[in-house]
Amino acid sequence: MTVAVKNGKDAMQVVRTAVVHHGATRDELIPILTDINHELGYIPHEAVDEVSRLIGMPKSQLYSVASFYDMLSLKPRGRHVIKFCENAPCHVVGGRQVWQALHDALHVKPGETTPDGRFTLLTTSCIGVCAVGPVVVIDDDVHGNVEPEQVAEILARYE
Amino acid sequence: MKYFRSHVLVCIDPECLSKGAHEVEDALQDELVAQGLIDEVQVLETSRIGGCSNGPELMVYPEGIHYVGLTADDVPYLVEEHFLKGRPVKKFMEQITVVTDEELGPPKPKEVRVVLRNCGQIDPNNIEDYIAEDGYAALAKVLGEMTPQATIDEVTRSGLRGRGGAGFPAARKWQLCRNVPDSPKYLTCNADEGDPGAFMNRRVLEGDPHSVLEGMIIAAYAIGASYGYVYCRAEYPLAVKTLNIAIQQARDFGLLGENIMGSGFSFDLEVRMGAGAFVCGEETALIASIEGKRGEPKPRPPFPAVKGVWGKPTNNNNVETYANVPQIILRGADWFASMGTEKSKGTKTFAIGGDVSNAGLIEVPIGMTIREVVFDVGGGIKDGKEFKAVQIGGPMGGCLTAEHLDLPIDYESLTKAGAMMGSGGLVVMDDETCMVDIARFFMEFTQDESCGKCTPCRVGTKRMLEILERICGGEGQDGDIERLELLSAQIMKTSLCGLGQGAPQPVISTLKHFRHEYEAHIYEKRCPAKVCRPLIHYTILDNCTGCMVCARNCPVEAISGQRRSVHVIDPNVCIKCGICMQVCNFNAVEVTS
Repeated sequence: MTVAVKNGKDAMQVVRTAVVHHGATRDELIPILTDINHELGYIPHEAVDEVSRLIGMPKSQLYSVASFYDMLSLKPRGRHVIKFCENAPCHVVGGRQVWQALHDALHVKPGETTPDGRFTLLTTSCIGVCAVGPVVVIDDDVHGNVEPEQVAEILARYE
Repeated sequence: MKYFRSHVLVCIDPECLSKGAHEVEDALQDELVAQGLIDEVQVLETSRIGGCSNGPELMVYPEGIHYVGLTADDVPYLVEEHFLKGRPVKKFMEQITVVTDEELGPPKPKEVRVVLRNCGQIDPNNIEDYIAEDGYAALAKVLGEMTPQATIDEVTRSGLRGRGGAGFPAARKWQLCRNVPDSPKYLTCNADEGDPGAFMNRRVLEGDPHSVLEGMIIAAYAIGASYGYVYCRAEYPLAVKTLNIAIQQARDFGLLGENIMGSGFSFDLEVRMGAGAFVCGEETALIASIEGKRGEPKPRPPFPAVKGVWGKPTNNNNVETYANVPQIILRGADWFASMGTEKSKGTKTFAIGGDVSNAGLIEVPIGMTIREVVFDVGGGIKDGKEFKAVQIGGPMGGCLTAEHLDLPIDYESLTKAGAMMGSGGLVVMDDETCMVDIARFFMEFTQDESCGKCTPCRVGTKRMLEILERICGGEGQDGDIERLELLSAQIMKTSLCGLGQGAPQPVISTLKHFRHEYEAHIYEKRCPAKVCRPLIHYTILDNCTGCMVCARNCPVEAISGQRRSVHVIDPNVCIKCGICMQVCNFNAVEVTS
């Protein structure tokens, strides 16, 4: 079997670690896929094949689950994932202007990655920090009370 | 045990973290070491001290002084003044807004904290803190003195209704599940709080996780369940972490696992994390997701009480419902039933957001009016603007207007007015909000979150969204309002689960109360709130001083004009971003529709 290396990590090793950690049963599928997605940034096809082999579940069912949940990605993502909260509480306190500023800075549509592979722009469901809207999450950092003028400075912190 | 003269609680809620709570905490530790106070003052982490809109926040005990809006640079001064010299620093203290509008009457008794009583008061990562606040005393009472049926009867008498939104009597659900002669039985806790603007459950999980665990163990005893799952959404990583710590500590103390408190009753549970699907808050979809499948709802019956997780009887309640249970057992059903209205007992937590002065989390007795919640507790509308509407009940809820301000917030009154209790999100909107845009917005949300299993929801919401988009885009057609009404009725009648059945609600409620705004968009090609871009125009007025600030900031170079002479916006180039209006120091940019 070919060993795929993603994000500097051995994909097969990541899969095996996740399966051993959670147990090779189908009810652990979502935690297993979440771990793989977290480690590799996305779920490569080779990883799906390996999970299928290890827990004895058809690949079609794996894809059915992986494509259903927003946080699982079957496509490679950029080095940093930007999640913009587009929900009502952020929307009514100026989220649209922040979205425009992000869009102007990155020139990509939601779901797309910048050509240099630095950022992937996504929208997120409400992350529940509505008291400090508008909110932008980059990787695991939450940025609150974001003003359109701050967007460039915030992005500059992520190489 | 080590004693400290003072305890400093640092709020590490994600809202405060986003504003540098960790930096302040680190600075505090460093400064206390530098001043030689580290053995006298203990720094602890907690969740939710105040509203969290003005973080980072600290609470200093025993004085009970609340500091807000701190930066790491403020810390040396604060430590020197407060902890070294014993002089609390006024300028960092929370300024309480006093409601002065006489029409509102005197300030009313505001919050009553039952579910939130420990949040911000205790260290959520230390079970002993919870036990010191009578934690697990209710469990001891139930296991030692009460039969499972007596436990159900006590909760029945309290009148507790499901806090997830539908308001089904909690104890009746328990009884149904208990009566099913199948085993094993399972317990699930719905912590998939997905409604935009609703974060009450997050705060409870992060601030007082043991209250939820204790409620679940009591419910499991009453029902006869042997295993449980807390299904928490992946957007709440801190809540998942806190819960896992709490579960491990409860196991270490013999409060979870085999033979709890020597009673012979055994129960254990685990956290299941979602992966970003709103529909998983629907109980049958939640169960499918726990089993590792696509989170698609199933037709009911069979109800989960009969066939739930792994096809076995399952009781599902919301975080807040479980968190109420220990207090009901401990303080009695009569105490709980003394709060609220005739049909809706107890308190309810709400997350107020949008254009309100004090955005944040509150807990009030059920039956308080919308006016009291928005103006007294919420501090009124931001920047002195006019109240226009409040959206209650999340994306399946509805918008209520100024004429509903005196409506009591309870399950029946809200449903009758065309909104619903929902899980407790309250989005307040001022007079600069376009209601058609809001309806479009919610429809975009439900359309995106529709799981795709049933056609009315999958296709119907898409068609409704297309109509709303064209109305906001200035291309609304005669008959669009009627088409929206027809589609709404059909989708509500024929969708499989609550998501589809509730999806048209924002459109129906805005059509009912703001029909004139839809008509203005369609027939006059005008957006009365001046929000919908294709229907608005920016122009520069004669009082323009020609300072050129707008021209320099315009991202598309649509503004021309000589220095010291009135500038002009080229409507063919203008993208209506509104930056010129924001940067103008002379109010010389006007928006019209």
